[in-house]
Amino acid sequence: MTFDVGQIRKDFPILDRTVRGGRPLVYLDSANTSQKPRQVIDTLTEFYERHNANIHRATHELGEEATEAYEGARLKVARFVGTPDETEVIFTKNVSEAINLVAYSLSNASSPRADSNPLALREGDEIVVTEMEHHSNLVPWQLLCQRTGARLRWFSVTEDGRLDMSGADELINPRTRLVALAHQSNVLGTINPVTEIAERAHAAGALVLVDAAQSVPHGRVDVRALGADFVGFTGHKMCGPTGIGVLWARRELLEQMPPFLGGGEMIESVWMDRTTFAPPPHKFEAGTMPIAQAVGLGAAVDYLTEVGPDAIREHEQELLRKALPALAEIDGLRILGPTTPENRGSAISFEVDGIHPHDLSQVLDDRGVAVRAGHHCAWPLHRKLGVQASTRASFYLYNTPAEVDALVDGIRYAKQFFKV
Amino acid sequence: MQLESMYQEIILDHYRNPHHKGLRDPYDAEVYHVNPTCGDEVTVRVTLKDVGGEQVVEDVSYEGLGCSISQASTSVMSDLVIGQPVAEAMKIGDAFLELMKSKGQAEPDEDLLEDAVAFAGVSKYPARIKCALLGWMAWKDATARALGGQDG
Repeated sequence: MTFDVGQIRKDFPILDRTVRGGRPLVYLDSANTSQKPRQVIDTLTEFYERHNANIHRATHELGEEATEAYEGARLKVARFVGTPDETEVIFTKNVSEAINLVAYSLSNASSPRADSNPLALREGDEIVVTEMEHHSNLVPWQLLCQRTGARLRWFSVTEDGRLDMSGADELINPRTRLVALAHQSNVLGTINPVTEIAERAHAAGALVLVDAAQSVPHGRVDVRALGADFVGFTGHKMCGPTGIGVLWARRELLEQMPPFLGGGEMIESVWMDRTTFAPPPHKFEAGTMPIAQAVGLGAAVDYLTEVGPDAIREHEQELLRKALPALAEIDGLRILGPTTPENRGSAISFEVDGIHPHDLSQVLDDRGVAVRAGHHCAWPLHRKLGVQASTRASFYLYNTPAEVDALVDGIRYAKQFFKV
Repeated sequence: MQLESMYQEIILDHYRNPHHKGLRDPYDAEVYHVNPTCGDEVTVRVTLKDVGGEQVVEDVSYEGLGCSISQASTSVMSDLVIGQPVAEAMKIGDAFLELMKSKGQAEPDEDLLEDAVAFAGVSKYPARIKCALLGWMAWKDATARALGGQDG
């Protein structure tokens, strides 16, 4: 199918509404959360109206249908990210939980009572992150280091918003046990050389976790080709519901990893004093899961597959080719991160001299343009760049070149309004 | 167009030319507060003086980084509380907090709140209320510390 943004917009009911007293909505906050197409909304409604039941344990027709829908969603997600083994796909509530699952499982493996698990971390081990991480791919590792005595180290970020690879040889060394990094920065848009870093990490005997929250929604991501051991992403940024995320991990790791949350459905057999666990993925899915949301994510994956991840990437690149120079032309505006579209996604953060991001976003909001202002959950990165906060416009498959104009006009108007 | 209801001239004036800004010595207590959603920050110092058995706000000095609303509100706060007995200043602070919770519905007491009534429009925007309260909350905290944990 050919990509037609006008047709795509018709799939998203919310894009028809007006805001702030009748202004058309210009939604440029998809890196925060994406809007949902009718196909996903209908799937949620249909699930609740026709198939709602608990999964895996209901011995009736509805239970069978619900289980099939839930496990069907797992299969769709697996295919979408290029793994032939759907048991490598674990549902979580979001990326934060996916990353915490790994971090807590590793610290459970590090317990002195855990039968010398090969994944155990010891004092002197090192975990490597980057300065451009979202807090959700930083704080869990800080906590893990506190629990285990491992040492946290990081790649720094260059002026132009790329990872500084100059110290990579020293940074990734035989003490390194895990390298955790974003595939695509939620602030800078930078696409990181994950495959190259994964090769270095594996050569040093370390595992690699990739936060793909900002990449999976926007193009083709093949977890195996990426070379990672763990990949996390979230449904609500890829046209799916909130409350459902994904951890993909290599099957052999999932087998070695101790459970994170204990509870219903993750067991094989339970006695009063001990438990044996279900095989992956269920070992990591304790309690009643967000069933309808998983099914909704399956519908989102169908939707993105039909539109085509490559077509989405190309559409966003086209918007970038228009937006980056148009923004750079505004006096006093500085783009954080790469200023050309190569190896870059469609989130653009910037600062404008003399206008605080909150004030800028307020003026844009008054004109119907929804952006995000603040540190975007990447406070250390903002400190590094010497910026207190920034404004971020992020584009997705339903955005148009005219919306780039609306953003640029809005910023110019804000400059007049605040007389800067 | 509702922008003007939030960005009243008074607010923009305080933002461009803040009153009492800069950290001064000596002081009785200093606090540092941040708004975790945006990283806005303010450091507030409070100096109290005993006047006939009553604690009076002798000085409030501050340094901060943030949006027009947070910076202007801190400036207005310092105008309002400096020279007031602590009990009276707390009353003004409470009235401002009430105004911020009013969702744009309140008729603020101009005699009590003076320039701070200009922030009535901010109360219609839930995301910005924290901005307007940043300096006030820091001042309250610093004052409580200056009083050594006693009630203001």
